Amino acid sequence: MGMLISMPELSTRLVSTWLKDYADVINENTNYLTDLDRQIGDADHGSNMSRGMAAVAALDPTTFPDAPALLKKTGMTLVSTVGGASGPLYGTFFLRLGTSLPATGVLDAAMWAAAMKAGLDGIVARGKASLGDKTLVDCLSTAVDAAQKAADAGKSFAEALAAASKGADEGRDATVDMIARRGRASYLGERSKGHLDPGAASMAMLIDSAARTLA
Amino acid sequence: MTESHAEAAAQTLRTDLVGIVVVSHSRPLARAAVELASEMVQADSRPTIRIAAGLDEHTLGTDAAAVSSAVEELSGCPGILVLVDLGSSILSAEMAGEFLGPEVSAKMRISPAPLVEGLLVAAITASTGVDLEAVASEAARALEPKQKQIG
Repeated sequence: MGMLISMPELSTRLVSTWLKDYADVINENTNYLTDLDRQIGDADHGSNMSRGMAAVAALDPTTFPDAPALLKKTGMTLVSTVGGASGPLYGTFFLRLGTSLPATGVLDAAMWAAAMKAGLDGIVARGKASLGDKTLVDCLSTAVDAAQKAADAGKSFAEALAAASKGADEGRDATVDMIARRGRASYLGERSKGHLDPGAASMAMLIDSAARTLA
Repeated sequence: MTESHAEAAAQTLRTDLVGIVVVSHSRPLARAAVELASEMVQADSRPTIRIAAGLDEHTLGTDAAAVSSAVEELSGCPGILVLVDLGSSILSAEMAGEFLGPEVSAKMRISPAPLVEGLLVAAITASTGVDLEAVASEAARALEPKQKQIG
């Protein structure tokens, strides 16, 4: 049945495919992310994320009992290897994702929206950023809203992933006009306006990668 | 004294004094700060200071798991004051608190003090045997002498 094909089993192999794809994307965009960070931060976002995701990509999915265990290990790996603020933030995101998703069974849109929401809540609690502060929260929360809307409308898992990806891109682009109120960029005040937030950029890449690999 | 104060401080575990953890993006910076602070305290009354700084000897960054281990090592102390430099060191220290058991995390406090001045005051205050509350509040006022002097 076509319906079942669009609702994949949450396997360590599937999650690993996503994580390795994201590591590749980060690797290809290391200089781009660092350039964004050079404009309003301390020019290390690309190299920090690249180092962290390389460590995650090196994890062997066959050594984990289930996908949530791999996601939790991903979170801890990022915490210990990224170095900058993205370490605790992305680390918290993956830890919460691992806690929220079921160990077995098929994924559906509502499940995914709820897990992403848990990840968002974790990041908000950790970084104390609000909507409009020009951070990855602006990207992720728009993505979560889009995924939830798709789930509420009875859309498939794949459709929810695509909606989240579109929402993430919109949320990312909205950071250009914002004035930074968190992190190093906040020291720039008005001068942070006109620049894309590097954290929002890397978060959009993560959600776009999920749409490409998990559906 | 010619030996490294940082190494000497790291070797002795004084469970009768409030312990101190230094969280910095740079390991050499943390070591130097500990060396400076240790200079102010007699070796026989020096509180235990642990460092959780840098991703390795040369890579700048902070690691919540490393902070958590450093605090855990001081779990026998009556309290643990965590001094941080900036940015992610605060996030990492806060996250470390969540990795620890409730008993240890209840003993841990993150200080808003500037790293060098705060560490100096914390080390001196802890060496007198007072509790975490006293060490934390003295460290938090660590900028006052400098502010007064400059006017």
